[in-house]
Amino acid sequence: MKTYLHIDWTSCDGRGLCTELLPGVLDRDDWGYPVARGKAGRERTDVPLRDADREAAEEAVFLCPKLALSLQQRAAQEPAPRTPGGGARDTGTRH
Amino acid sequence: MSQARDTRPSAPRDGYQDAYRDDFNGTVPTAPLQAPQHASPRQEPRLLAAGPEADWARHLEAFGPWEPQAGGPGLLDALGASGLTGRGGAAFETWRKATAAAGTGKKGVFTARPVVIANGAEGEPLSFKDRTLLAHAPHLVLDGLFALGGALGGAGLYVYAPAVTLPPVQQALAERPGGKRVRVVQSPETFISGESSAVVNMIGNGAAVPTDQRRRLSESGLHGRPTLVVNVETLAQVALIARYGAPWFREAGTPTDPGTRLVSVSGPAPVRDVVLEVPGGADLSAVLAEAGMPSGSVSAVLVGGYHGRWVRPAEHALSPVGPPARTVRPGAGVIHALGTDACGIQATAGIVSYLAGQSARQCGPCMFGLPAMASVLNRIAGGERNPRLTAELDRLGRLVSGRGACRHPEGTTGLVGSALEVFAADFRAHLSGYCAAPGGAAA
Ligand code: SF4
Ligand code: SF4
Repeated sequence: MKTYLHIDWTSCDGRGLCTELLPGVLDRDDWGYPVARGKAGRERTDVPLRDADREAAEEAVFLCPKLALSLQQRAAQEPAPRTPGGGARDTGTRH
Repeated sequence: MSQARDTRPSAPRDGYQDAYRDDFNGTVPTAPLQAPQHASPRQEPRLLAAGPEADWARHLEAFGPWEPQAGGPGLLDALGASGLTGRGGAAFETWRKATAAAGTGKKGVFTARPVVIANGAEGEPLSFKDRTLLAHAPHLVLDGLFALGGALGGAGLYVYAPAVTLPPVQQALAERPGGKRVRVVQSPETFISGESSAVVNMIGNGAAVPTDQRRRLSESGLHGRPTLVVNVETLAQVALIARYGAPWFREAGTPTDPGTRLVSVSGPAPVRDVVLEVPGGADLSAVLAEAGMPSGSVSAVLVGGYHGRWVRPAEHALSPVGPPARTVRPGAGVIHALGTDACGIQATAGIVSYLAGQSARQCGPCMFGLPAMASVLNRIAGGERNPRLTAELDRLGRLVSGRGACRHPEGTTGLVGSALEVFAADFRAHLSGYCAAPGGAAA
């Protein structure tokens, strides 16, 4: 099992508290929203965590004012959660 | 498998294609259809074999009787053997998607009855094949919906489609047995209305915007039930597989892209919008020629729609899989050609401005990033001579990609990335002060 930090973009308001708590994991973009460092594609929405970052991530989940963060446990090789539900506009990753 | 084979009548007969071609022009409100007439990509009509606006009687006459048990558990095996992939954009294997929804309802104490939603929302401005299919072959789509619902053990059934297609769907439901079981929900005409979580959200809550998905729709979708959102053309293909079996399905197309697909083809005037049914792996140039655009008449082609990519009209197979240099993913089947006198940068700027406006404005990176990309593109298209603009466009694309509740950001980025590649010379020209296209606006 691997732990992922899930970002609910529909709730996040980009004030950036999480980026202060997890500076090694999350950077801020031009508008203040978190960007997973060194990750591409959907790993920027479901961010794989190292064990060392887990505790800080739990704190970020607890302190996020918009309740936009959650931790998820998934088998490491499982594809990102969106894929099988995919429909019309769900055009897959292109990079 | 066996049940799928049991229902197999004679394959579609010859003869009605002609009728369908003759009656065709002018009798329908939607884009005209054409039966391919010569050379590759020659394909006998399958999905539209019953002709224009086929009612229940004509549908049965063309495709053979419909046995409700076509939707037995064997159907999922037949779908697996057929290799059918979704025709709404994602090209995910249909059997895998269906099996996911079939499997999850059995977990836990309660068995949640699954839901199958026929998705006819076609927010993509250049796409019209789904409304054409619903206008002419609504019963084939409904056959597929009933079959898949049956294979999932009696799922709740919905049709989600835009206003223009509701009359034929409602008429079809009224004239066929069991039609009352299907609920019909109107989709709004927005780009994002067909995204699968937006579909579920609209039916459940009346808001056609995507939702954050901690859980898959196949586990917890409409009202918490395992939910399968399936494009209407995919369902029509399911109906054919339920009737004639996987081997028949695979007689068209290639081993890696079996079967046929509908494509919405458009291009510079006087080319008319047309829906074609082409075999899997069809050659893009041949499809364009079939639609009245011989090689040399177009400069670039947008394939897959506004979340697709630009390619030169060279040798490209239309297929979800294959070597990237010679393959282009058909997505939801949109093929739009640019005339030789049009500016690809202006065209892309127009599309990205539209996409920025169609952001559901829920997710920060999408809400701010897409308008920023549109603005940079418009500055380049308008002739601003700042060599850093293309690098900025590239940077913004990388920044927003993967960061939204739906794939709108990376879909947009993919399109812009392909424009930077295919129109590289035009970008250089614009940034040094001229537009290579006669109609261009660079100063
Ligand atoms: S703390 Fe929460 S709301 Fe603030 S930027 Fe991070 S995820 Fe967004
Ligand atoms: S990514 Fe954009 S289009 Fe998709 S849900 Fe978020 S704001 Fe809406």
